[in-house]
Amino acid sequence: MQPPQTSRSVALTVNGRVHHLEVDVRTTLLDALRDRLGLAGAKKGCGLGQCGACTVLVDGRRVVSCLTLAVMNEGRNIVTIEGLADGDALHPLQAAFVEHDAFQCGYCTPGQIMSALGLLREGHDISDAVIREQMSGNLCRCGAYSNIVAAIRQVAEA
Amino acid sequence: MRSAIGQPISRVDGPAKVRGQARYAGEFQPHGLVHAVLVTSTIVQGRIIAIDDSEALRVPGVMAVISHLNAPRLPWHIPEQRPVVDPKAGEPLHLFQGPEVHFNGQPVALVIAGTLEGATEAAARVQVSYAPANGVTMFDEASARPPHPDTASAGRPGTTSRGDADAALAQAAVRIDATYRQPREHHNAIEPHVTIAAWDGDHLTLYDKTQWVDNDRQEVAHALGISESQIRVISPFVGGAFGSALRTWPHVIAAAIAAREVRRPVRLELTRRQLYSGIGFRPRTEQRIALGADRDGRLQAVVHEATAQTARYEEYAETTVNTTTKAYACRNVRTAYRLADMNINSPCPMRAPGTVTGIFALETAMDELAVALNMDPLELRLRNFADHDQHQQHPWSSNELQACYRAAAEKFGWHRRPQQPGTLRHDGKQVGYGMAMTMYPANREAASASVSVFANGTALIRSAASDMGPGTYTSMTQVAAECLGLPVDKIGFELGDTDLPVAPVHGGSITMASVGNAVMAACRSVESRLIDLARAPGSGPFAGVKLADLVCRDGAVMRASGAVGEAVPYGELLRRCGLSKLDSESHAEPGEEEEQFSSSAFGAVFAEVHVDAGLGTIRVPRLVGAYDIGRVVNPKIARSQCIGGMVGGIGMALLEAAEWDARFGRVMNSNLAEYLVPVCADVGELDVTFVASDDRNFNPLGVKGVAEIAICGVAPAIGNAIYNATGRRLRDLPFTPARLLAG
Ligand code: FES
Ligand code: FES
Repeated sequence: MQPPQTSRSVALTVNGRVHHLEVDVRTTLLDALRDRLGLAGAKKGCGLGQCGACTVLVDGRRVVSCLTLAVMNEGRNIVTIEGLADGDALHPLQAAFVEHDAFQCGYCTPGQIMSALGLLREGHDISDAVIREQMSGNLCRCGAYSNIVAAIRQVAEA
Repeated sequence: MRSAIGQPISRVDGPAKVRGQARYAGEFQPHGLVHAVLVTSTIVQGRIIAIDDSEALRVPGVMAVISHLNAPRLPWHIPEQRPVVDPKAGEPLHLFQGPEVHFNGQPVALVIAGTLEGATEAAARVQVSYAPANGVTMFDEASARPPHPDTASAGRPGTTSRGDADAALAQAAVRIDATYRQPREHHNAIEPHVTIAAWDGDHLTLYDKTQWVDNDRQEVAHALGISESQIRVISPFVGGAFGSALRTWPHVIAAAIAAREVRRPVRLELTRRQLYSGIGFRPRTEQRIALGADRDGRLQAVVHEATAQTARYEEYAETTVNTTTKAYACRNVRTAYRLADMNINSPCPMRAPGTVTGIFALETAMDELAVALNMDPLELRLRNFADHDQHQQHPWSSNELQACYRAAAEKFGWHRRPQQPGTLRHDGKQVGYGMAMTMYPANREAASASVSVFANGTALIRSAASDMGPGTYTSMTQVAAECLGLPVDKIGFELGDTDLPVAPVHGGSITMASVGNAVMAACRSVESRLIDLARAPGSGPFAGVKLADLVCRDGAVMRASGAVGEAVPYGELLRRCGLSKLDSESHAEPGEEEEQFSSSAFGAVFAEVHVDAGLGTIRVPRLVGAYDIGRVVNPKIARSQCIGGMVGGIGMALLEAAEWDARFGRVMNSNLAEYLVPVCADVGELDVTFVASDDRNFNPLGVKGVAEIAICGVAPAIGNAIYNATGRRLRDLPFTPARLLAG
């Protein structure tokens, strides 16, 4: 039996830059970002779509990048945490997370911020209750939730 | 200028974290990195009779399959003095050294391949055949035994007794006697455990998720039989650990073996499912508490008996009953601690290990006693306040527990609590108020730190400490800024590397009291070197001035009188002396105060719950905590630790439990969708107050410790509030709708 084809070339557009890669077809977008493109800001917490640490924006929507394959994302516009700051100037969400101490270990943080960015673009009527509900796909085992809500609310109201 | 301590500054490592630039262990990319995936056992006890790796080796890119059949025989020495984080009896799992299987999920083979996908596929193709034997998979309290004498002498005594608790209990006017259960719980830090091992000749570099680089190095050296000087452990950021990264787990050794075998750097990351057997967990514990009191609520007898599960190959024991020996004033106290051996992986410390479990039982029992006495539960605690440690017979080095009670009760509005349960309603929900006392021992270990002051006016402090989230980088920067009189942004702090001065374990809430005082000592010592430099005959700007007449203040050497002569900033002093930097290293350790005082953090936590009587759902709209944690170095970050502990407590109270399948000796819900942890929507208002406190009896910096005190007391406060809301007493964690609705 012929072994199945296991690798393919893919062009990924990440933070406005196109990267040409040869990847195992089973490579998740998350692993491609972290291990192949050196964009380790997207975190692996579970690899099962259950924690949100790997959240990135794909064509403006929040996506858990561990549950999509790299080869499925050709031609899509991928934004990761590394694409948020403008040089030295932090994105307002990043600055608000620092100001409100919306993390401890920081491991869930890039996912929280990317998820918050997606949330703010989804056109919800923002309230604390909506933020809490909409951010509940992003686990924070350090328990920074109240500070995360405060940070997002500050940016939403700005 | 000298006020950096106490300032609510933002984390110094915050910008790196929000940019995704903080590098966690698994994110280093040594050249030529390859990937390893573990194969784990599917029986609880027995022997491996065969391993067929032929299919695995056919997977493209697979480099090796390692198991006991081909792994190097390793000495696995036990350090002469067992590290504080290791069990005191039995031996850790000796990975790949023989065919024996001790628990389901034990690593039995390791596949290394060029890609993670290849290694994952090949690991699934390794066929392991077993000769299973009968194992112990049921928690059987009746078979429990006292801990090994070495365990007991390391502070986890099987039995303590003062007075005659059982006789006093029999005679007490009012008694309660009940059993409390807490299930196996898992840390579930969001960052999985991961190790990258890279050999360069006979030198090993480990990028590891660890709360203690120095011990990690020691344990790997002992297991492999090489010298510690051949190993460097690097761990600048830890993505949460909560105790799970205190020890060196088998996969760390596996990574080192694999990297030597394939002559390439190897990354071994445990999958989320593997984290339920590849590292430790909070052991299932059952407790009996019996309290006897006179009619005025004064405790006459306290009995606390706990039984916890432990592995058959090594003995992990907790301080579950220790708090009870000193929490309240009482002449007759008896505690006992027993262990039930099972075919499980070894449990380990998790967020306030033992203490949080014991306080859950004790503080629920106190609430039951208050009900039996028809007394306000806060009043009951005030009446039994322990004005000294009655177990060790020492005064407290400081104790602001009563201030905590007052502050939290007032903020919470405790006076509005109805004594009669089931009387408050809000929006169709039953409303209840509950409270609990919390305390956590304040400990301190020897630590070292170095300081370099540079000619450009900056300073760099270094210590092999760790920062799994509580803000070590920031708080140590503040301590150094205050001691040196330099602005925070002129200070750098480096940690998480065995090349740095020795630091103790980053656990047990001891980092601030241990490393903080070492940083302070190092700053003092570099200051005296700076003064020497300033007075040096000939070259010094203060040549000839008496030692006693010079001081370091606001980042400069100046005359103590402040009147005559200029102040010379450190950078300028170095430049004038033609030096690029000046170094000093210091060591700080506890002294006689340990013999004179008992030290503890204290707190009071109050909870409001809303219960849907029809559905049994329980919400916690509000938690209010007041804490005596000694001097607060950074109130913003300390508050984050406390709300983090509160959230952990909500999880413990309402959600967390490993669902145990006794047929297979395995956790069934080994993932984050089925092992429930609190999410954003589970958390309401969290209010934190730090009462004025400064414990210089305990250490020169006056700090105690924060992290762990805050998870303690939350579960009982919530349970007691559920009783107040519904009149139903829940004694088994977690307090699920099913338990609330059951008969
Ligand atoms: S890593 Fe993708 S959701 Fe957890
Ligand atoms: S900050 Fe540690 S998991 Fe969220």
